[in-house]
Amino acid sequence: MSAAFASSRTNGSEVVKELAFFAVIALLMSVMLLGVETVDRPTGLELAVRWDLVLIAIGATVIGRLGLIFRRENISRLGQAVLITLSAVAVFEMFVRFRELDDRWVSPVVLDMAFGSVVSTIVGIAFVAIIFATAYFTMKDKTAADVDESAKLSSKIQLAYRSNTKKIGLIGIIFFIIFPFIFGEDRSAIDLATLVMIYIMLGWGLNIVVGLAGLLDLGYVAFYAVGAYSYALLSQNFDLSFWLCLPLAGIFAASFGIILGFPVLRLRGDYLAIVTLGFGEIIRVVLINWYDLTGGPDGISSIERPSFFGMADFSRRVPDGAIGFNELFGMEYSSMHRLIFLYYLILVLALVTNFVTLRLRKLPIGRAWEALREDEIACRSLGINPTNTKLSAFAIGAMFGGFAGAFFATRQGFISPESFTFLESAVILAIVVLGGMGSQIGVVLAAIVMIGFPEMFRELAEYRMLIFGAGIVAIMLWRPRGLLSFRDPTILLNMSQKEKVAGEVK
Amino acid sequence: MSMLKIEGVHTFYGNIEALKGIDMEVNEGEIVTLIGANGAGKTTLLMTCCGSPQASKGRILFEGQDISRMPMHEICQLGIQQSPEGRRIFPRMSVYENLQMGAITQDPKYFNSDIEMVFDLFPRLKERINQRAGTMSGGEQQMLAIGRALMGRPRLLLLDEPSLGLAPLIVKQIFETVEKINREKKMTVFLVEQNAFHALKLAHRGYVMVNGNITLSGTGAELLANPEVRAAYLEGGH
Repeated sequence: MSAAFASSRTNGSEVVKELAFFAVIALLMSVMLLGVETVDRPTGLELAVRWDLVLIAIGATVIGRLGLIFRRENISRLGQAVLITLSAVAVFEMFVRFRELDDRWVSPVVLDMAFGSVVSTIVGIAFVAIIFATAYFTMKDKTAADVDESAKLSSKIQLAYRSNTKKIGLIGIIFFIIFPFIFGEDRSAIDLATLVMIYIMLGWGLNIVVGLAGLLDLGYVAFYAVGAYSYALLSQNFDLSFWLCLPLAGIFAASFGIILGFPVLRLRGDYLAIVTLGFGEIIRVVLINWYDLTGGPDGISSIERPSFFGMADFSRRVPDGAIGFNELFGMEYSSMHRLIFLYYLILVLALVTNFVTLRLRKLPIGRAWEALREDEIACRSLGINPTNTKLSAFAIGAMFGGFAGAFFATRQGFISPESFTFLESAVILAIVVLGGMGSQIGVVLAAIVMIGFPEMFRELAEYRMLIFGAGIVAIMLWRPRGLLSFRDPTILLNMSQKEKVAGEVK
Repeated sequence: MSMLKIEGVHTFYGNIEALKGIDMEVNEGEIVTLIGANGAGKTTLLMTCCGSPQASKGRILFEGQDISRMPMHEICQLGIQQSPEGRRIFPRMSVYENLQMGAITQDPKYFNSDIEMVFDLFPRLKERINQRAGTMSGGEQQMLAIGRALMGRPRLLLLDEPSLGLAPLIVKQIFETVEKINREKKMTVFLVEQNAFHALKLAHRGYVMVNGNITLSGTGAELLANPEVRAAYLEGGH
């Protein structure tokens, strides 16, 4: 920032103007969100006005802005840190009050909380100290050397990641394999891991269509639904086992992929997205209305659970003629066995998806997908048949969606059209996009962020969606092309991955 | 014998007639150049030979077979490869992967010898083998586009404005290589160019196109000497 500009901003009236401006913005933003509250009174719902919250919000904004002005003008670092810490404490106070306090105009709740017990005092002081230290030691005014340094660091991280993707992947796989041993008795942890793994698999499946072939598919959940319903119906009506139904569900979903693929062959971009969106809805509406077959909105319940490869059963009361899993291995009965088995099942299914995708990328068909994403006319001029290429992408992507659907049905034991709404498609697509189109490890990270975090922080109740939204905005701001958005060549000649990456990352 | 024979071809974009009855032929082993101003229909003719857009009237014969109703990818598998207008390489793929894409419909047993051949013609590509194609210079991208077309083992090579947006020195280099491909590999080349001087010097025969019609034809030297051609395409440049 130039010296002239800086000095023009430091004069008093300018600062006051700026603070006033932000105070007005804070007022406008907080008055409806925080200032008005509906309270449940015996007489009915009443509006309560919470001016204390509005005042605190404005105060926090003004103090924080003043801190930022200090920072911008490079005035006293101590002052900066104090102001920013104060602002942070005020924001905290605001949240606490908003949640807990009905009685207003009392002394700051933060003080009561902080001096309630020794532990909370220590925690409170630690928090304040952390904020203070961060504010104090991070310098705003970066010299050219600093900028260079940070760019170097980020490129170092990129270099480290891209030259070690295989090792990182392997560590990830090992972590997921030993996961049940770490959290063996924690039912919710295994459940959550299974859920995340379903979405990783769906993400990897959709990655073939969206990430590799570049066909924007907003109706991917349709294939998930087809897989789930085909397993449920086959197992109920024909009494087929899970292990027989799994490939059938995949085949059904793949044929639906081809059915969808035909009409959309000529479409690209937005138009393709709209048609696929419509397809997803058609499947859902059919499932709701075809009452005789699908049970309509009631769904299908008591779907058969998978057996241990047809050899043993997981239920407590083993049906006649079957062996219990615990008997087979001479263990105590535990309901966790089934959950852990399901976890490993989806892990294997997901890894198969990943392995197939990685192999396909190296084969002509995978290469043709990627080329089609980049330039369709060039592809056709090289003799690639775009029809077959697109249909195969749709079919293979849909097949993995179908596998995941069959697994979902057998895990839940109950399915209904409720589970296959557009929101699911959007979440899966968001996982692919956030992860970085075409990046396999990116999908894993994004699935953990999108599915794992909101579930883990359930205690935060309604704030979790707020934080979640903010997180997505942040990712899109800082990494607009996804978390891991590099495409590495599938083959390198006379050169290691590290050299190649080092040459590219400057 | 004529390798590519175009008989009375009309092509429309909607209601607009872009080609108004074109007759021309390309004989085996020749370099044939088509010159013309912007919007004359040169690229349309070349793309019509490849089947996109398809000719609405007339016939296009490649080695005696009518290809005017075939889809683009099947025509290309017959042995016609093109370096399209604007090069259209795959920017996010490496040079090597781009060349692999060129050979995607070919028997893998030819791959190693073919890629050696391309690297002999364009040593620059070998230096850049692992580089992302989109990060290369325009001239290198043009070399890649031609190299990628050669990987498809064509008998007829279509080049659409290979000199577009390139420095004169690079243009000269590219044209020299095209001549070398024709001379040493006995490759038939159909070249569409605005850079009339270089193109006609190189060509065995040439055609001049104006507003969707062929107005002149002759050997390269004849056209270069023709006062009309000189006035319209050669004066005040080069």
